[in-house]
Amino acid sequence: MLELYAGVAVNGLLIGVIYALVATGLNVIFGVMRVVNFAHGEMVVVGMYLGYSLWQFTGLSPLASLPITVALTFAFGYGFQLAIGNDFVSRPQHVQFVLYIGLGLAITGLHAMIFGPDPRAIQGEAGFDVYRIGFLRIDAVRLHAAAVALGVIAALSAWLRWSMTGKALHAASENLVGGQAIGLRIDRIFALTMGIGVACAGTAGALLAQLYDTQPYLASEFTMIAFIIVIIGGLASLPGALLGGLMIGLAEAIAAMVLEPSAKSLLSYALLILVLLLKPEGLMGRIAGRRA
Amino acid sequence: MSSVLPRDARRPASGGGPAVSRGFRATSMRQWGAAVAFVLVMLLVPLVASTFHLSVLTLIFLFAFVGVAWNLMMGFAGQLSLGHALYFGAGAYLVAILAERYGITPWLGLPLSFALGAALGCIVGALGFRFAVRGVYFALLTIAFAEFARIVFEHWGFVGRTGGFFLKALGPDNVPLLSLRGDSLFFYYALLMSLVGAWALAALLVRSPIGYRWRALRDDEDAARALGVRAFRMKLLVAAVSGGLTAIAGGWFGLIGGSLFPDSVFGMRISIEMILAPVIGGMGTLFGPILGAFLVIPLNEVSRDLAQSLGINGLNLLLYGVLLMAVIIVAPGGCWPWLARRLRLSDAGNR
Amino acid sequence: MTILEVRNLTKRFAGLVAVDDVSFDVEKGSITALIGPNGAGKTTAFHLIAGALTPSEGSIRFEGREIVGRTPEELCSMGIARTFQIVRPLLGMTVLENVMVGALNRAPKLAEARAVAADLLHRIGLGAKADAPASTLTLPDRKLLETAKALATRPRLLMLDEVMAGLRPSEADRVTAVLHSFRDDGVTILLIEHVMRVVMAIAQKVVVLHHGKALAQGAPAAIAADPRVIESYLGRKAERR
Repeated sequence: MLELYAGVAVNGLLIGVIYALVATGLNVIFGVMRVVNFAHGEMVVVGMYLGYSLWQFTGLSPLASLPITVALTFAFGYGFQLAIGNDFVSRPQHVQFVLYIGLGLAITGLHAMIFGPDPRAIQGEAGFDVYRIGFLRIDAVRLHAAAVALGVIAALSAWLRWSMTGKALHAASENLVGGQAIGLRIDRIFALTMGIGVACAGTAGALLAQLYDTQPYLASEFTMIAFIIVIIGGLASLPGALLGGLMIGLAEAIAAMVLEPSAKSLLSYALLILVLLLKPEGLMGRIAGRRA
Repeated sequence: MSSVLPRDARRPASGGGPAVSRGFRATSMRQWGAAVAFVLVMLLVPLVASTFHLSVLTLIFLFAFVGVAWNLMMGFAGQLSLGHALYFGAGAYLVAILAERYGITPWLGLPLSFALGAALGCIVGALGFRFAVRGVYFALLTIAFAEFARIVFEHWGFVGRTGGFFLKALGPDNVPLLSLRGDSLFFYYALLMSLVGAWALAALLVRSPIGYRWRALRDDEDAARALGVRAFRMKLLVAAVSGGLTAIAGGWFGLIGGSLFPDSVFGMRISIEMILAPVIGGMGTLFGPILGAFLVIPLNEVSRDLAQSLGINGLNLLLYGVLLMAVIIVAPGGCWPWLARRLRLSDAGNR
Repeated sequence: MTILEVRNLTKRFAGLVAVDDVSFDVEKGSITALIGPNGAGKTTAFHLIAGALTPSEGSIRFEGREIVGRTPEELCSMGIARTFQIVRPLLGMTVLENVMVGALNRAPKLAEARAVAADLLHRIGLGAKADAPASTLTLPDRKLLETAKALATRPRLLMLDEVMAGLRPSEADRVTAVLHSFRDDGVTILLIEHVMRVVMAIAQKVVVLHHGKALAQGAPAAIAADPRVIESYLGRKAERR
C-alpha cells in the first residue's frame, strides 16, 4: 500500500516539476509585463506538437530535438510580442485578455486543422525503463523529463539573477518608467520576456509529449494549471513557481487516487480559491502584485 | 463625435442646463426607437424564415441575452468575470431538474434560477470584495468557481454525471405554454421576449443613477468611491443581476436542447463563447452584445459547415480566434460604436 | 467651532514614517492650507483623512465624530469631499456625467443631478464642454473638472490637493472665485498648495508639514515670517559654513 501511495506521490512530484517550468514561463510574462497570457496553455501544446512532429519526421526524441523546439518557440514569442503584444502591454487587462484568448483559439484551431483532433502518442524505445530506488519504481522517461525541466528552471533563475539582461528584465518589472529613463529598450526587453516565457512553455510541452498523448484541447487545462501555480507560488517568485508546481503535481496525483482521475483538478482549484482569498501574494510572494 | 453634441451646447458659456439634457434625451429617444423597430422586425421574421433560420436566430437571441447580462458586469461596472458559466450551468440544471424530477413548471423554475444565479453572483462578488480581489485575480477566482462546479457536477450521480441529464422527449400532448418547451417557432418567440425583457432591464438600469455609479466604478474605482459611490453595494448588485439573468439563459438552454452535460454548461468553452458576442459587438454599450451575437453566431454556423464540408476540423476555432484578435486590435470598443455613429444612435459617454 | 480635529495622526509604511504625530484643527467655514516641501506628508495626510488609507495611530474627528476606519464613500456621505493630486477623471463618461456622479449624492434624481452638475460646470467655466467625453479634456480643464466633481457632492469639508497647479492665472482666479462662493455658503476648505500666492491670499490658517511632522501652524503672515518654516523650504544652505 505504501509503495502505491509513494509511487503515486513521486509521479505527481515529477510532473509537478514540469508544471513548474510551464508556470515559470508564465511567471516571467505575467511578472515582468503584467500581461494576462491566456494562451499560455496553447504554447505548451505547441511545444507538444513540435516535439511530436520532430519525432515523427526525424525519429529524434523530444529531448534530443529540444534545442529546435526552444529556438522555434522563442522566436514565435519574440516575434509576436514585437508585432502585436507590445501594443497591448499598457492596455486594460480585460482587453489583453481577449487578445490572448483569441490567440489561443486560433492556435488550437490550427492544431486541430493540421493534426486532427485525435490524440497522438510518441512511442519511445526508452518507454518502459524504470529506476528502482528502494521499493520505488520511477519511470525513467518521467524522471529524465523532470530533470531537464529542473535544469532549465535553475539555469533561467541564475541567468535572470546574474546576467546584465536578466537584471534589466528584473528592473523593467519593478519600475517600468524608471527603466525607460535609464535607457532600457523596453520593446526589446518585452519581446525577450515573451520569447523566454513561450520557450519555457514550449519546452515543457516537448517534455510532456513523451508522457501524455498530444491533442489540441489540452491547452485550457495547462493555462489554468499555470495560473494556479503562479498565484499559489507567488508572482515574481521562481522558487515559488517550483514550490507551487510540486504542490499542484502532488495535489493532482492525490486527488486522482483518492477521488477519481477526472477529479484531479478539484484540489487545485480549491487551493487557488483559498490562496486568492487569504494570501493573494502567494506562498512565497513578497509583493502583492498589481491589482487592477 | 461632433454629431452627438446638440447644437445648443456648442454656444459658449450661457445656459448649460436645458440644452444639454435636451440633446441627451434626444439620443435616448432614438435608441428606444431603434429598439422598438428591431423588435417589430423580429416579430415578423417568422413569416418568411425557415425552421432552420428560426433556430439559428433563437441561438442568436440566447447569446445576445447572455451577452447583455455579462456586459452589465464587465462593460458597465468593469468587473471581469470569466466564470459566468457558473450561473449558466446552475440555472440550466435547476430548471431542468425541477421540471423533470419534480414536475415543477419552468414558469416557476426560471424565476427560481434567477434567484439562484443572483445568490451565486452575490457570493462571488462579496468574496471578491471582502478579500479585495480585483482585476485579473477576480477573473481567475470566477474561473475557479466555475471549474469547481463543473468537476462536482461531473461526479454527482443525481444529475447524471458526465453522462448527462435529459429532459424527456416532447409528446403529442405537450402544451408549450405550460411546459415552456415546444417547436422552433415557440422557442423563437420565447427567446425574443426574454431578450427584450433583459435588454429593457439593462437599459433602465444603465440609464438610472445605478448605471452612472456602475460606470464610475468601472472607470476608476477609487475616484468613484471618493465621490460617494458605494462600491460594495454596487458590485454586488451588478453581480446579482448579471448572474440571475445568465442563470435564466442557462435555463432556456436546457429547455431548448433537452440535454445537459457539465462540460457544456459549466465549461471554459461556454464561458468564452458567452463573452465573444459582447466583446466583438461592443462592451459597455447597450446594443453591442446584440450586434455581436448577430455577427458571431452565424459566423460560427458558417465556419462549422465549411469545416465539415471541407473535412477540416478546427476551422471554426481558427476563424473565431482570428476574428477576436482582429476586433480587439482594430476596434477594441467593438463593432457597434462604428455602426452607431452611422445610424446616429450613439451617445458620447455611453461608449 | 472646529469641524475637523486631527490628533496624533501617524502613518508608517515599511521603514518610513510618512506622517508623524500630526495634530491640528480646522475651523468651520475657514480656508486652511497645508503646506510643506515635497515629501512632507501632505498628500498622505489627505489620504488618511479621506479614508483612503488607515492611520497607524491617531484620531480624526469630523463634526465631533471619529472617522478613522470609515470608507471613502461613507465619508463622502458624511460631507467630506476630496480631489486627487493626479487628477482622476472618469474617462468613459462625459464631463457632465462625471460631475453628475458626485451630484447624485445630494440630488438622487437624475434630472436634478443633471441640473446641479450643469450649473456647477457653468460656474467653473466648463459649461461649453459638458457633453464632451472627459478623455478629450486638456490637463488644466481636467483639474477644473476634478474640482467640480468634488463640489457636486455638496460637501461641508472640501479637501483640495494642489488644485491650482497647472492652471493659468485666469483659470486659477476663476477657481478661487468659485471656492470663495462656496466658502460663503458655509463650506470649509482644507487645501494642499504649493502656489504661495494663492495660499497667502485666501487661507486663514496655514499648517506647515516637514518630514511628516507639523512644523508650525498659524496665520499666513506669521508662518511666512517663521524662521523654521523658511529653513524647511530653503534647507540648511543658509547655515552651512
